[in-house]
Amino acid sequence: MRIKLEKRLNPSVFMLVATPIASVLLTMLIGLIVFDALGIDGIRAVTDIFFTPLLAAYKWQDVAVKAAPLVIIALGISLGNRAQVWNIGAEGQYIIGALAAAGVAMAFGTTGGFFVITLMIAAGVLGGAFWGAIPAWLRVNYRVNEILSSLMLTYVAIQVLGYLIGGPWKDPNGRNFPQTAPLAPDQTLPILFPGTTIHLGVAIAFVLPFVFWVLTARSVFGFQIRVVGSAPDAARHGGFNTRQTIWMTLVISGAMAGLAGALELSGALRNINLGFPSGYGFTAIIVAFLGRLHPIGCLIAGIVLAVTYVGGQVAQTSVHIPNSTAGIFQAMMLFFILASDIFVRYRVRLVGRPGKAAAVEAGE
Amino acid sequence: MGKLSRRNFIGAAGAAATLPMLGGPAFAKEKMKVGYVFLGPIGDYGWTWAHNKGRKQVESELGDQVETIYVENVAEDASAIPVMRDLVHQGCKIIFTTSFGYMDQTIQVAKEFPDVKFEHCTGYKRAKNVATYNSKFHEGRAVLGTIAGKMSKSGTLGYLGSYKVPEVVLGVNAFALSAQKQNPAATVKLVMIDSWFDPPKEAAATETLINIGCDIVTTHTDSPGPLQILEQRGLYGFGQGADMSQFAPHAHLTAIEDIWGPYYVERVKAVLDGTWKSADTWDGFKEGTVKIAPYNKAVPADVRALADAVQAGYKNGTYNIFTGPIYDQAGKLRVKAGEVMADKDLAVIDWFVKGVESAA
Repeated sequence: MRIKLEKRLNPSVFMLVATPIASVLLTMLIGLIVFDALGIDGIRAVTDIFFTPLLAAYKWQDVAVKAAPLVIIALGISLGNRAQVWNIGAEGQYIIGALAAAGVAMAFGTTGGFFVITLMIAAGVLGGAFWGAIPAWLRVNYRVNEILSSLMLTYVAIQVLGYLIGGPWKDPNGRNFPQTAPLAPDQTLPILFPGTTIHLGVAIAFVLPFVFWVLTARSVFGFQIRVVGSAPDAARHGGFNTRQTIWMTLVISGAMAGLAGALELSGALRNINLGFPSGYGFTAIIVAFLGRLHPIGCLIAGIVLAVTYVGGQVAQTSVHIPNSTAGIFQAMMLFFILASDIFVRYRVRLVGRPGKAAAVEAGE
Repeated sequence: MGKLSRRNFIGAAGAAATLPMLGGPAFAKEKMKVGYVFLGPIGDYGWTWAHNKGRKQVESELGDQVETIYVENVAEDASAIPVMRDLVHQGCKIIFTTSFGYMDQTIQVAKEFPDVKFEHCTGYKRAKNVATYNSKFHEGRAVLGTIAGKMSKSGTLGYLGSYKVPEVVLGVNAFALSAQKQNPAATVKLVMIDSWFDPPKEAAATETLINIGCDIVTTHTDSPGPLQILEQRGLYGFGQGADMSQFAPHAHLTAIEDIWGPYYVERVKAVLDGTWKSADTWDGFKEGTVKIAPYNKAVPADVRALADAVQAGYKNGTYNIFTGPIYDQAGKLRVKAGEVMADKDLAVIDWFVKGVESAA
């Protein structure tokens, strides 16, 4: 008896939806086993990481605030991935977006209000788009692989951040700690529910997936992205421009990451220190895949990943496992989701003796 | 049968969670909870290890009245905020946040919970329910500088720093000034690694300092990593925050030990008594917050005598390394002969003394 993989004519819709869910469940199971083997209460750890954030009402705001940047960045990444353009450098675009927004805020001193905040966000979008445009330019003109260039530009962005907050942008009242001054109160995003940390950026993150959904499903550009990604030759015959697709997807995903950076600065963190790049840009890659590159999928997956972040912090206080454990869970999810892709495009069957297999096939 | 809605599910879960508590002594007074937010792992054998030792002292002295909860590896960014809120939600009435980078987060969370007391270590922002506390580590650095100045053959000393914050600048200056008292030509090569705890980075920076001629290296970062490198190279160094001699039996000349226990016990007691008030505490040798670990046998008797004299001077208030004349890196006279820098000026210092050179 052996296992045989047969290519499906069409990707299985059932598998498309079922595998992400299975990936999450499998992650919990493996986590439970591994923690128990390590002598840590596995059930408690998995419960705290995956369920406490959903069950404890006071944790919802943390989940929402964490999910916002993940969802926004993932929307951009999935757009590119559909066209087989791989932006691995969203983290860098996120950083540059936040820095651009901080620069605008600083230029206005303590003046704030609608106009300044709008300008900050616009600067964030443009900053991220610019950082995303560099790998696009390199790819289109010099055939530089965007996976490498976008990733490497992340480290450049981190250096830019370090230089600015340790030098010209250092908080004059910060006693030399490398960080920017906190934003003026009028330069921060409005809080939607008084007494919580849920800022306007969260609402934007919950609306954007629907905007993306409509745009990618209904526009020619959305169709172009899908065609360029799935059948480049057909796209060329159809008159779709591959170069333009590369430009558009990288600039848009850069803009999204930059938007997330600006919102995170003005809504949640309020200043930039060396801990500002906390890996949202990389985690969003997991969100995009777990969400099956679909805008609404990204929204759901963003919430799932945010839950693991927040749950990681809960487990930190309850079972004393390091915060970074959440990262291991997130990586496991990505691993399972990528591995399970095979079930979407292939049918797995057990094949016995030739005669019997033929009979089974005939009977189908 | 009741409908299982989200609301009554949470209620049921909550009720289930409280059930085990009923099993205990039914009328025992509930213990007050004390929270700790730690920067590194409690096994760093340095900064966090010392704070955890203080926490254990609270448990052992007040264990019948309080219970402590701690969280390790808390990043110095916004993610510290939910950790602090979590501790409040778990019932903590006083929370110690033990690193400089939790300053704004502590102030923010304290604003949300005016009934909970917060104590922030090494910061300078206070509120009605936020006190600050720190240790005069630089007094200990004066002892290390004395030993290093006397024992270094090259006269080139290495200093591994974290950030250019006053606490670190003070340590560097106290070390350099003390070393120059023993060897006027001594220079201090300084590297800042932008982190408090990063063993690989600490080790790499130590290698750099050794390669440019430093034969004694001291650190203001928290891992024993640098000491292990010094041990391999047959050079000398000092422990940070705690006695690290087990990691480098030959290289470890001595260490500055941070003794937080008595302060923690005193402050927790104050909450129990209802006498807690926001304050700024900055103690040193005199109060027992700074202690010098046993000397290595490699430290000769005359050096020990010099080092002991510095300690004794601090204990009886007759010694202060920040006594003029003090010149800055550019050679400008900053403190006139005979003048002593006041604590308030030390707390905001942002310049290095003559003989401190950047090695990065």
